Amino acid sequence: MAERMKVHDPRGYPPKVTGKRLAPRLESLDGKTVFLVDCLFDNSDVFMDLMQRWFGQHLPSVKTRVIKPKETWADDTDMRKQIAANGSAAILGVGL
Amino acid sequence: MAAALELDGVPTVAVHTHVFARLARATALANGMPRMRQSFVPQPVVDRTPDQLRGYIEGADPISKRPFVQEVIEGLTKPLDQEDLQGLSFERTTPRLLEPDSSENLHRLFFENHWTDFLPVVLPTEERVERMLKGTKLPADKVVGRLRPAVFREFWEFTVEKVAVNAVMAGARPEYFPVILALAASGVTARSSSTNSFATISVVNGPIRNEIGMNSGIGVMGPYNHANAAIGRAYSLLSQNLQGGSVPGETYMGSLGNWYAYSAAFAEAEERSPWEPLHVQKGFKPNESAVCVFFGGWYTHAGYGPRATWQEKMRRCLSAVEQYSPPLLVLDPIAACGFAELGFDKKQKLIDWCAENARLPAREYWDNQWIQYLNRPRAVAGVEPYASRLRAKPDDIIQIFEPEEINIVVAGGETQGAWKMISGALRGMASVDAWR
Repeated sequence: MAERMKVHDPRGYPPKVTGKRLAPRLESLDGKTVFLVDCLFDNSDVFMDLMQRWFGQHLPSVKTRVIKPKETWADDTDMRKQIAANGSAAILGVGL
Repeated sequence: MAAALELDGVPTVAVHTHVFARLARATALANGMPRMRQSFVPQPVVDRTPDQLRGYIEGADPISKRPFVQEVIEGLTKPLDQEDLQGLSFERTTPRLLEPDSSENLHRLFFENHWTDFLPVVLPTEERVERMLKGTKLPADKVVGRLRPAVFREFWEFTVEKVAVNAVMAGARPEYFPVILALAASGVTARSSSTNSFATISVVNGPIRNEIGMNSGIGVMGPYNHANAAIGRAYSLLSQNLQGGSVPGETYMGSLGNWYAYSAAFAEAEERSPWEPLHVQKGFKPNESAVCVFFGGWYTHAGYGPRATWQEKMRRCLSAVEQYSPPLLVLDPIAACGFAELGFDKKQKLIDWCAENARLPAREYWDNQWIQYLNRPRAVAGVEPYASRLRAKPDDIIQIFEPEEINIVVAGGETQGAWKMISGALRGMASVDAWR
């Protein structure tokens, strides 16, 4: 029988994950303002413009506003405040 | 950002391209929000025409196979269940020691868990790790730092002992350990998950180079020296393992990958350079030892010189670099001395010349997806020099790098007056002496 070796685990220490609840969903988008957040990836502005057109053509009762964060890969708190104050929902894209 | 909006009370759907599905879900899980609403369109979005993108919107989500817009609308309106309301809290632990097993089984376990670079590793037994720890006076439980594969991922933390484990795996010797600890402490991962397949290139300066026998001569950037090879490999292995992985599709998204990611560490040839060493340029004393970490390895140009037409050659290379990743020039001492004889008696003069001659038409500069993504928002916000570059007319020739973005290192065996121009933004520096 082969000798059994005792070796170290090479992985680091992950942080504890704290569960976070999702925001309550809307009963309907009718009459609501949905912010379309352009995450600044190349061509995501075109994608969000097309999303806006899609809503205009298929769900005209939904108001949409395209918005961009100030910086790439940064949490733009001012933008989030604006969305929370003036909108009911958000669609982010395209990318992480 | 989607998680932050949810916490603000705004129901949100995040749209990604389908190749990022596993990564997006893993990120949501690590955020404690595994049921975050995510919808997917086909990859790529970049370079697609408006008609093609309209097709994405009107077509099916390639992951769920359901209409994309239906997924989005339901994501905002479908009532939440109990799991959505709770989120998911959990502790993830990694044990200090693995279950004892045979060498063969342990090697298989390390391969299957993506803990290696798919070359054989030295198994980190308690005895080997103990020997590695003798390479520093610092306690095994001292926290060295935190790393993560991308800005949107969570940081993982690690101690001196965890770095030692990975150093053993790479085949390093205890005397290399302070250099490896300094790299680990730099805060820069050598295993970025960037789709650009970035790697790191590490330059070692100061007395430690000679104390541990690092190579700054023939074959400096190749597999011809144990210290160079093992230090570079250790940095790569510790990055992937201590940050929570570098697994394709989950924690690694580099489309082409990068051979620099196997091992890329070398010493500057300070004694044969006509200029001051890199670490002294960056504020360290000549008798201090330090590491500088360059993030890149995306492109590599090469040349000789300087001969009569060196300026034309260098300008062509500088205009051919990817404009979001500044160049690191590695000059053989023969080439460096040649430049010094031409009047570049300080490194900075050659750096300034490179910055002044790294030029593109504004139209070409801005027609780059990463320049659009990273620099355009800064330009719009009025941040210089990006704002001036944005104001330029499309055919205006603009400078694409500032001098402080360009670096020069002297290394090589003087068998040829060669130089290389490598993608390499200086991202981190650390004292080696602090980790002895």
